[in-house]
Amino acid sequence: MDLNFSPEESAFRTEVRNFVSEKLPAHIRDKVMNGVHLNRDDHILWQRTLHQRDWGGPGWPREFGGPGWTPTEQYIFEEECAAAGAPRLISFGLKMIAPVLMAFGTPAQQARFLPRIMAGEEWWCQGYSEPGAGSDLASVKTRAVRVNSTEGDHYIVNGQKTWTTLGQYADWIFCLVRTDPAAKKQSGISFLLIDMKSPGVTVRPIITLDGAHEVNEVWLEEVRVPAANLIGEENKGWTYAKFLLGHERTNIAGIGIAKRELARLKRIAEAEGRLADALFAARVAQVEIDLMALEITNLRVLSAERAKQAPGPEASILKIKGTEIQQAIAELMMQAVGPYALPFGQQDVGPDYAANLGAGYCNLRKLSIFGGSNEIQKNIISQMILGL
Amino acid sequence: MNFDFNEDQRALADTVQRFIARDYGFEKRRAIRDAEPGWSREVWQGLADLGVLALNIDEDYGGLGYGPQETGLVMGAFGAGLLLEPYLAGAVIAPALIRRVASANFQEEWLPNIATGESIVVLAHADARRELVTEIGGNLSGRKAVVAHGGCADLLLVSARTARGEMGLFAVISGAEGVQLRDYQTLDGQRAADLVLSNAPAMRLDAGTHDATLEAIDAALDIGLAALCAEAVGIMDATIAATTDYLKTRQQFGQPIGRFQALQHRMADMLLHLEQARSMSYLAAMHCTEKNQAARQRTLSAAKVTIGQACRFIAQNAVQLHGGMGMTDELILSHWFKRLTAIEMTFGDTDFHLQRFAAHLSQASRAA
Repeated sequence: MDLNFSPEESAFRTEVRNFVSEKLPAHIRDKVMNGVHLNRDDHILWQRTLHQRDWGGPGWPREFGGPGWTPTEQYIFEEECAAAGAPRLISFGLKMIAPVLMAFGTPAQQARFLPRIMAGEEWWCQGYSEPGAGSDLASVKTRAVRVNSTEGDHYIVNGQKTWTTLGQYADWIFCLVRTDPAAKKQSGISFLLIDMKSPGVTVRPIITLDGAHEVNEVWLEEVRVPAANLIGEENKGWTYAKFLLGHERTNIAGIGIAKRELARLKRIAEAEGRLADALFAARVAQVEIDLMALEITNLRVLSAERAKQAPGPEASILKIKGTEIQQAIAELMMQAVGPYALPFGQQDVGPDYAANLGAGYCNLRKLSIFGGSNEIQKNIISQMILGL
Repeated sequence: MNFDFNEDQRALADTVQRFIARDYGFEKRRAIRDAEPGWSREVWQGLADLGVLALNIDEDYGGLGYGPQETGLVMGAFGAGLLLEPYLAGAVIAPALIRRVASANFQEEWLPNIATGESIVVLAHADARRELVTEIGGNLSGRKAVVAHGGCADLLLVSARTARGEMGLFAVISGAEGVQLRDYQTLDGQRAADLVLSNAPAMRLDAGTHDATLEAIDAALDIGLAALCAEAVGIMDATIAATTDYLKTRQQFGQPIGRFQALQHRMADMLLHLEQARSMSYLAAMHCTEKNQAARQRTLSAAKVTIGQACRFIAQNAVQLHGGMGMTDELILSHWFKRLTAIEMTFGDTDFHLQRFAAHLSQASRAA
């Protein structure tokens, strides 16, 4: 057993660190370091910067233009990016649809979509959840009917998707749609790629409790989708959907982000004189200790994962603990500034660092809900790991 | 980075697991516990024959010269088997301390005998009760409370205030005049003793200053703490496996109770605690020999907090999920519960270590 990174991995870390420190624009870094929402341009600028260095697809294999990094190298990359205040990668294209295209897409689909994801030319969003299909995802109702016609086979899609994160920026949406309503739940689902500019696609904002516009409803009314945009076989969509969910869970622990936010918590607590308060200091200590343990747990999972493609059910452990830690940090940051956490939408009251803490705390309640709620993760642990 | 154990290490773990399975069944342990002196010389000799008593002793002194990782593997197996014999006190902490403070002559005299099981040496330091031992003219007087395995020791390593008010470490033969040991069973079935010294003859072991002596004791106890963490993980592994089995077999409302989501989620929470504890026990093994005391203590305190909280949560919920059966003396489960409870309270409880870790926070954030 050796818990140290290899010399090559340490050299790689230095390379990433130098790159980020040289190339990350200060205005983006400042936003990230202070918990300010990034806009579309910020994300795209960073994605294009990475792409110029051939790091546009950090988790991608060489054959699709990625750097072919090991899981450990991907971890180091994301950790260094997070520590330096770089935007997190927009996962919908890079980590969700891209692995599906690589595994199940036709060569034509791969050639059409993958390069533009890596280059930051096309933004993807996820069309999974519906008002009646959350944790019980297989009960999606959005209907797609295949029409064979002389001008090309296509689907007509009707339905509603929801909680579509950053859908307002998206060029494309990947959707789970029902193609066989008579079949058993999981077996009548197909996986379709839909151009957001298609007639009949409407995006409506959902404003969350922190006042932010991060998620949306996407309405699909008589949307015409070429049959060439079907992934794999019709009615086999559930297989691809589950494959995607497995990949969504890489780097799910968010160690790098949590470390950065913990450092921010300590700076704020120190400035507010809160570390002299034994009870508050113990709470900060607890979250730091939990993070130390999770970092090792994460490396254990990575090290076991080397041989495999996607993380196993152990990723559920990382998701639960990782989100609990990030939520605890946000809670303590808010608590650290006391009443100055309360002014809302007002940037010039109290110390600068206090401005977004109340909203930030509210926003991060999402972490234990999305990506498979933490309760669903516990179902996975008890069934897949413990065999209950 | 690599979390695998090597072939030697796996063989060692196998050997010890086989020994526990074959020679240390739960009923045999019960019989040992219930008879005087509450531990078995024969088992101790068996451990010596396996070579595990020599694990932490340098090859120069008849030992194997292994380290914290191997010790952790052995402790994990002993944990699941609930070994009553003084392995941690006698074969981990004492040799680590002797190596750090004693003269070559003393090491020559005692370490080979520890390796063969002939002599048992334990440290009497714990001063949680603030009992004091003082030295006057080479003899010791005073008390030490709840000295782990003090009753079976041939030689006690006693920390005491010297006439100059400094901390010194002394060797005291347990059978010497003026040495009284009141031996008793502890909650976990192991043994401890209250030590009363009345002008007892003693030999100064350390040549060091006050600070160096205290640092050496801390360093040896930190090696013990890492070993204790590994023992806890071994017990928690066994506890979770047994509880999972119970949930699969116990029927109520016409189905195994493991089908109920409330219980499934409790088990998932227990597993989260276990895996975090396992991670920290690896980290503790890796860092317990680090020279920089502040850095070492920070890591070990973090480990003890994680493991202490896991001990409480897993022990309490394993009993809860076993229902009435969890309350019985008959099942090994309640014995694991008691050992996990004792471990949480050993070498500083969770609150102590959380506070010690927290004390580093403001220095660290100023440095950053």
